[in-house]
Amino acid sequence: MDNLLSITTFIPAIAAAILVIFLRGEDASARQSAKWVALIATILTFLVSIFILAGFDPNDTGFQFVEEAEWLLGLKYKMGVDGISVLFVMLTTFIMPLTIAASWNVDTRVKEYMVAFLLLETLMLGVFMSLDLVLFYLFFEAGLIPMFLIIGIWGGSDRIYASFKFFLYTFLGSVLMLVAMVAMFAEAGTTDIPVLMTHVFGSESFSILGVHVVGGMQTLMFIAFFASFAVKMPMWPVHTWLPDAHVQAPTAGSVVLAAILLKMGGYGFLRFSLPMFPVGSDVMTPFVLWLSAIAIVYTSLVALAQEDMKKLIAYSSVAHMGYVTMGIFAANQQGIDGAIFQMLSHGFISAALFLCVGVVYDRAHSREISAYGGLVHKMPVYALVFMLFTMANVGLPGTSGFIGEFLTLVGIFQVDTYVALVATTGVILSAAYALWLYRRVIFGPFIRESLSEILTEMNPREKAIFAPLVVMTLLLGVCPWLVTDIVGPSVEALIGNYQAALAEAETAMQYAELSH
Amino acid sequence: MEQIILFSPLAGALVAGFGWRIIGDAASQWISTGLLFIACALSWVVFLLHDGQTHHIHVLDWIRSGALEAAWSIRLDRLTAIMLIVVTSVSALVHLYSIGYMAHDDNFDEKKESYRPRFFAYLSLFTFAMLMLVTADNLAQLFFGWEGVGLASYLLIGFYFRKSSANSAAIKAFVVNRVGDFGFALGIFALFFLADSIMLDDIFDLAPELANTQLTFLWTDWNAANLAAFLLFVGAMGKSAQFFLHTWLPDAMEGPTPVSALIHAATMVTAGVFLVCRMSPLFEFAPEAKMIVVAIGAATAFFAATVGLVQNDIKRVVAYSTCSQLGYMFVAAGVGVYSVAMFHLFTHAFFKAMLFLGAGSVIHGMHHEQDMRNYGGLRRKMPYTFWAMLIGTLAITGVGIPLTAYGFAGFLSKDAVIESAYAGTNGGLAFWALVVAALFTSFYSWRLMFMTFYGKPRGDMHAHEHAHESPPVMLVPLGALALGSVFAGMIWYGSYFGDHDEVNRFFGVESHHAEEGGHADHDADDHGGDSASEDAKADYHHGPAPVGAIFTHPDNHVLDEAHHAPKWVKASPFAAMLIGLVFALWFYVWDPSVPGRLSRNQRPLYLFLLNKWYFDEIYDYIFVRPTCALGRFLWRKGDGGVIDGAINGVATGIIPFFTRMAGRAQSGYIFTYAFAMVVGIAVLITWISIGGGAR
Repeated sequence: MDNLLSITTFIPAIAAAILVIFLRGEDASARQSAKWVALIATILTFLVSIFILAGFDPNDTGFQFVEEAEWLLGLKYKMGVDGISVLFVMLTTFIMPLTIAASWNVDTRVKEYMVAFLLLETLMLGVFMSLDLVLFYLFFEAGLIPMFLIIGIWGGSDRIYASFKFFLYTFLGSVLMLVAMVAMFAEAGTTDIPVLMTHVFGSESFSILGVHVVGGMQTLMFIAFFASFAVKMPMWPVHTWLPDAHVQAPTAGSVVLAAILLKMGGYGFLRFSLPMFPVGSDVMTPFVLWLSAIAIVYTSLVALAQEDMKKLIAYSSVAHMGYVTMGIFAANQQGIDGAIFQMLSHGFISAALFLCVGVVYDRAHSREISAYGGLVHKMPVYALVFMLFTMANVGLPGTSGFIGEFLTLVGIFQVDTYVALVATTGVILSAAYALWLYRRVIFGPFIRESLSEILTEMNPREKAIFAPLVVMTLLLGVCPWLVTDIVGPSVEALIGNYQAALAEAETAMQYAELSH
Repeated sequence: MEQIILFSPLAGALVAGFGWRIIGDAASQWISTGLLFIACALSWVVFLLHDGQTHHIHVLDWIRSGALEAAWSIRLDRLTAIMLIVVTSVSALVHLYSIGYMAHDDNFDEKKESYRPRFFAYLSLFTFAMLMLVTADNLAQLFFGWEGVGLASYLLIGFYFRKSSANSAAIKAFVVNRVGDFGFALGIFALFFLADSIMLDDIFDLAPELANTQLTFLWTDWNAANLAAFLLFVGAMGKSAQFFLHTWLPDAMEGPTPVSALIHAATMVTAGVFLVCRMSPLFEFAPEAKMIVVAIGAATAFFAATVGLVQNDIKRVVAYSTCSQLGYMFVAAGVGVYSVAMFHLFTHAFFKAMLFLGAGSVIHGMHHEQDMRNYGGLRRKMPYTFWAMLIGTLAITGVGIPLTAYGFAGFLSKDAVIESAYAGTNGGLAFWALVVAALFTSFYSWRLMFMTFYGKPRGDMHAHEHAHESPPVMLVPLGALALGSVFAGMIWYGSYFGDHDEVNRFFGVESHHAEEGGHADHDADDHGGDSASEDAKADYHHGPAPVGAIFTHPDNHVLDEAHHAPKWVKASPFAAMLIGLVFALWFYVWDPSVPGRLSRNQRPLYLFLLNKWYFDEIYDYIFVRPTCALGRFLWRKGDGGVIDGAINGVATGIIPFFTRMAGRAQSGYIFTYAFAMVVGIAVLITWISIGGGAR
């Protein structure tokens, strides 16, 4: 199985091609076949990806399953995974079948819908696997398109505004990244990511337009990449596209967005920013940490004021991503382990929370919190599932949500106690908004007697979608070492290289000062 | 065996929570209760056979990240053994009691809703989390139990989920506890930062060193031991409803009464006291933090007792009484006599659980009437409940033979606390606060008894006519707890508050400085032992980890000094009790018009106490509302105005432009845009590859 990564990546694309070429007509049976093809393809992808995990050696901190080939125009096709990326691959293949199953009630342009999701999966997998700068950029940017379509075509009433806002924010961010990539290629003469990770980019401070740039080239490149990844995360203050996108996106779109697409930013920081621009990262660390701390408090406060279920969960997502950036830039074992853990765990928890909203939205067609109340009377199983994920969202120990928050906070406390203090207030605020939401939707008297026929217990399909998420949330909460044992060695190597590069730059600087 | 104790409540929770559809309502209740009794019996075996040594039992790996390692495991020492029997005994009895208490409930539709299995599942879940807390051998597992009991408490306070007040109280409990957890979590982070470990043993080893370490936290340097101990204590304040973070406990009475007995009286709220005792090796090296513990504990004991004087809801009286008694325990822990803090925790669990269950029996018999102004003369209607409540009252007010070790459980433990407070603060304010609180305790406890069981029936006569004694399933637990309330103090007096060696043996402390203590025993007043204790301290720096469940600093002789407290100090709680009793008799038996007149004459004071010192109002005004307002402001002005305004401003018109175009277009046109993007990206990449290649 030399091509395991490529096989995994392109199964969905092939399925999409099959749908486009062979499936004709818009009748019920065609719609049904489109759904089944998509479901089978995504499940198959997941099954194949298990071989990646099974064959993965955690103690090897280099890239594994590497594939390399020439491609058009002299570009290189290079794929591989290491301890940092392999679990994001697994997360993607795990979540996608659930999103397809959650879309079973879609009835407009079903074929196109499934094609969009299948292509999206291929592109997302490509992002986490590519080991070539251009290939990465291709996957990274192209992934925007299916998501843009998903929001723009199958979204809510204000979908056009939301989809363009989504597209422009993320696209404008990537333009700067593209410039930086061109500069990197110009300096290093290669687009090979493993090579770039060992290349030392210039870090002598200089002045440009009267501004003194500490860390020189590296800082500028860091900022360029940061512009793109910060929007993806999203970090405060470039997060405002996310609530709009979530609110307008169809349920499955929100799930993919929250569970996987947001993780590309964090992955980017770990794959590019820290290893390639250590000095730039170090210079910018306080800035990033404070943006993260502000994000946690600010968006948690904003979440308190929300009237729309999806918006509330979207803001809560931004807050949780704040822990991720904080952990990454704490740049120690617990911080980065925690950040990766938090991203995976948030992938399950936020997916489940958006699915929870989807369940009632499918029935009553409203996302307004005030439109519901007392659902526990009609939907006890739903109430239980919602409770579990609400508690996971507020980081209750025993669920995966706790481990990510705990590790990132442990990590940051060793670096900056101010940031740690501000960020820890998030545990109070998250409890407030999450329980407030739960209380208004689930508890109290049942307020919509007119809907008592519609608001019925979850059907077996819905329960089956939640089951894997419940299992993962609890399993990772009780046995988090399943994750940390895989990512740990790679993270340790990453930190080792990072510290070594910083020390080297320090000596070089002292030497330069001496020789002056 | 320890694993069975730990996991049988979890099994009970799962059986009751998920299995009831198969095995039925009644079976699920009896199975979860039965499992608890098994756990209880095994806990007593563990307690009675415990050799005082510390045992570690590994259950399952948990967190592993660099130096940070924590496993699911059981640390079994005397502290754990005490907590095991307290938790499982009260829990088993409350399970049994609940079978009767929850048999009928007007809040639920008997035919449609199966609320009983849910209730038992929550109770068992709580017990499991509490056991995880007390058996933890690392701070992360302790935190797991800590938050787990918080979850169970949240679920049970909000058990009557139709009631808005119950839902609010549940959220309040969880969020206020989170404020405490905020401190607790920071304490854990700080300890990991200092010790590179969150295992208790590693931290205990390092404690003496921490006392000489400075830690920069925020804008200033702190003594590391003091800071860490203080942060952990903030967590304890939240869980144990201490002054400033107490506001959730009275509201928590919205839950069914068995819940109040188990969680909000006997077990969960004592977790804070347990935490301080568990961390005694750290607190012993943190003198300033201990002073704060004493101050907060004394303030709570006094404050809660004053509020308890005027409350009319029977459960709230008992709730404030709990709050106040927790303050006593903290004072004992704060002055460094951890064994006495545990002693009061131990006896309090019995008599307070009984008072609550008794109150529940009264409420049950009076058809869910909770206002004592509508009680009166219930002695004859509920004789067994009356006797149980009487024993509970005798225990809490501290009835016994002064200057001897014969008396009800509360008499012995409370006197021990007060004597320790006297010795630990040299007769300071904390001591006097506790004595005055003892007077108030006696007053409000007897007031409760007189208003409920004596006098003429008041209020709804219909309810009084139908008032009835509770079924045996509820009376048996009362009887069992009554035994504990009478004898628990006398049996274990020596172990907790006997002479130095006996206490050390009980807690498995090596006699390393027992001779030291014996020495100080003889001349507690002159400080002849100082040089010796300096040596002991020096030894300690190089010596092995402190052995045993609690640790006492070589300089800490409070336990011995407490034994040598003057006679008037030892008699003072008894005198306070008598004064309180006399006032209660005067106000509620001899001349019942006095309270009414007094409340009219002293209107401001009365309202101040009735409204609990206006804490809720003040917090609402300075925390809750500004937070919500800030959230709305940031949303509308921050996100909506500034951020979107600025960022959209940069690209003025771009979005509206596209929106207009797209608005006119069919959604099919979106594919056209998408195609344009693909072309754009292809062009960019071509440019890179060709342009790059040219270089």
